Amino acid sequence: MSELLQFTFSGLTVGAVYALVALGFTIIYNASGVVNFAQGEFVMLGGMITVFAHAAGAPLPAAAALAVVATAAIGILLNKLAIERARGASVVTLIIITIGASIFLRGAAQLGFDKQLHRFPSFSGDDPIAIAGATILPQSLWMLFGAAVVFAALYLFFTRSLTGKAVLATANNKLAAQLVGIDTDFVMALSFGLSAAIGALAGVLATPITLTSYDAGTALALKGFAAAMLGGMGNPFGALVGGLLVGLIEATTAGYLSSDYKDAAAFVVILAVLFAMPQGLFGKSAQERV
Amino acid sequence: MKKSILLSWTAAAALAVGLAGPADAEIKIGSTLAVTGGASFLGDPEARTLKMLVDEVNAAGGVNGEKLELVQYDDGGDPNKARTFATRLVEDDEVVAVIGGSTTGATMAMIPVFEEAKIPFISLAGAVVIIDPVKKWVFKTPHTDRMACGKIFEDIRKRGLSKVGLISGSGGFGKSMRQQCLDVAGSAGVEIVADETYGPDDADMTPQLTKIKNAAGVQAILNADFGQGPAIVTRNVRQLGIALPLYQSHGVASKSFIELAGEAAEGVRLPASALLVADKLPDSDPQKAVVVGYKAAYEKATGEPVSTFGGHAYDAFQMLVAAMKKAGSSEPAAVRDAIEQTRGFMGTAGVVNMSATDHLGLDLTAFRMLEIRKGDWTLVE
Repeated sequence: MSELLQFTFSGLTVGAVYALVALGFTIIYNASGVVNFAQGEFVMLGGMITVFAHAAGAPLPAAAALAVVATAAIGILLNKLAIERARGASVVTLIIITIGASIFLRGAAQLGFDKQLHRFPSFSGDDPIAIAGATILPQSLWMLFGAAVVFAALYLFFTRSLTGKAVLATANNKLAAQLVGIDTDFVMALSFGLSAAIGALAGVLATPITLTSYDAGTALALKGFAAAMLGGMGNPFGALVGGLLVGLIEATTAGYLSSDYKDAAAFVVILAVLFAMPQGLFGKSAQERV
Repeated sequence: MKKSILLSWTAAAALAVGLAGPADAEIKIGSTLAVTGGASFLGDPEARTLKMLVDEVNAAGGVNGEKLELVQYDDGGDPNKARTFATRLVEDDEVVAVIGGSTTGATMAMIPVFEEAKIPFISLAGAVVIIDPVKKWVFKTPHTDRMACGKIFEDIRKRGLSKVGLISGSGGFGKSMRQQCLDVAGSAGVEIVADETYGPDDADMTPQLTKIKNAAGVQAILNADFGQGPAIVTRNVRQLGIALPLYQSHGVASKSFIELAGEAAEGVRLPASALLVADKLPDSDPQKAVVVGYKAAYEKATGEPVSTFGGHAYDAFQMLVAAMKKAGSSEPAAVRDAIEQTRGFMGTAGVVNMSATDHLGLDLTAFRMLEIRKGDWTLVE
C-alpha cells in the first residue's frame, strides 16, 4: 500500500512538471495554431535566470520574479523579431521558426550563462513530508499548486475575459478578427509574452527538483508536448490532466513493471489514445468551413 | 626574363629552406574534443588543459627543438562529427599524433581512421572497449568503468557487506558501467540483488529506489551514471529515508555534484582520482607533486576549479611529449612505440605502466575511495 502511494507521489511530482510545461503550449497554440517548440527553452530560461540572479545576491522571490518578467520579454521579442516578420506565412513555417528560435535560445544560454548543471534551494526546505509510509517533498506540492493556479487562471482567461476571447478569435480567423476590431498583432505579442511567463514559472517551480542546464529545455518540451497532445492541444484542463497522467503512468510502470519500459508505456498509452481520439482526451475537433 | 625566373626559383628555394629549417619547424598534434554539447563538462577542461600545456612547452623551447602546434576541433560529442574531424586531421592537417575523443562514442568512431593512417591516438574516454581488445595505435588515460566497479565492490566487501542494489542511467556511461559491474560482481564476491534503470532526463527515481529498498537483503546501493541523475538519486535516497551506504561512480567526481545533491550527499562514497583531494594527500604520497602542480597551474591559467577530466588530458599530453623526447623524433611509428614503452609514469590518474598487451597501464590502486563529509571530499583509507 505504501508502495502504491510512493509511486503515486512520484508520478504527481513528475506529472506536475509535465503539466506546467504543457500549460505553456496552450496560449500560443490557441492564438495561432502554432506549436511553439521554444517552450522548453522558456522553462530553461526561467530556471537559469533565477539561478544566476540568486547567485548574484538577489533574494529567491526577487530572482524568480525577475526570471518570469525577463523571459516574458524574451517571448515578446521572439514574436516581434521572428514571428511577426513572417506575417502571412503558413503555420508549418511558423513552427519551423520556433524550432530555430529554440536552437538559438539554447546557444545563447550556453554562451551567456554556462554549461554546468544548476539548482537553487527549494522554497520550503528539503525535509520530506511522510504520509502513510510514503514521502513527498514540499517542492512537489508547490509544483502541483502552481499547476493548479496556472490552469485556473488560463481557464478564466479564455472563458471569462474579452482578451481571452480575442485570442481565440484570432486563431479562428485572423482576417475576420481584424475586421471586428481586434488588434491581432497585440494578441500575438500578448500570447508569446504570457506563454513565456508560464514557461518561466514552470522553470522556477521545477528547478529545485529537476535541476537545470542550458540544454534542459528540449527534453522538457518533448514530454510536455506529449502531455498536451494526450490531453488535447489548446485545452488547459487537458494539459493539466495529460501531464499528471503521463507522470503517473511512468511512475507506476517503473515501480510495478520495469523502469526500462517506463517511457515506452507512456508513449504507448498516448498513441492508443490519439488513435481512438485524434484530438486528445479533452480537445475539440477541428471544424473546417468551406 | 630568364633572370626573373631564376630569381623566383631562388626565392622559392630560400622559402622552402626557411620552412623546413629547425627554427621554424612545428610538430602538429591533433585533437578533437566535446568542447560544447552535453559532454562539454568533459571536453571543456580537456581543451583548456591542452592549450595551457602546449603554451607551456613552447615557452620552454618546444620538444626536441621543435615547437608544438595544436590543431583543435570541437565534435560536440557527436561520433559522426568526430569521424569527419579525424579524417581531416589525418589528410589535411597531417598531424603526427592525436589526443581526444572526450566520449566513448566519438572515440570508437575515430579508431578505424587512425588505425588505418597509422597515427598514435590517445583517447580521453572511459569505457574499457577502447583498449580491450588492444589496438596497435590506440591508448587511453582515464580509469575504466570496470575498474570503478572493482574498486567500489572492494570497499563494500571491506565493510563486511555483499548484497548490492544497482541503479543505473540508461545513457552510454550508465549502460556500460552497469554491464561491467554485473560482470565483475561475481569475482568480487558481491551479489546484485536489484537492477534498476532510469532515463537521462528523469526527475524522480523514488519508484526505482522503493523497489531497491524492498529487495531482499540489500545492504548497499550503487548508482552508475553521471550528470543530473546521480544528484537526483542521492536526494531521493534521503527523501525515502534509506539508511544504506550509497556509492556513486567516478563520473560524478566534481564539486558540482556536492552542490547539486546538497546535504543528501553526506556519507556518499565514490572512487576518484587523487586530483580531487590533492591538498589532502600526505606529503609522502608519490602522486602529490604531480596533482598539486597541475591543479595550481590549471586554476591559475583558467580561473576555474580543476576537474578530473582535464587531468586525463594532462596525462595524455605529458605521456605523448615524454614519448617524443624518448624517441628523439616526432615520427608517428617511433612515437607509438615509445608510448607503449611508458613505465612508471606518474600522472593525475595514477602510475602508468603500458605494455604491448595493456594500453591503459593503470591498476586499482590508481583509484582513491573518497567519502563526502561536511560538503567536501575526504580520503577513506
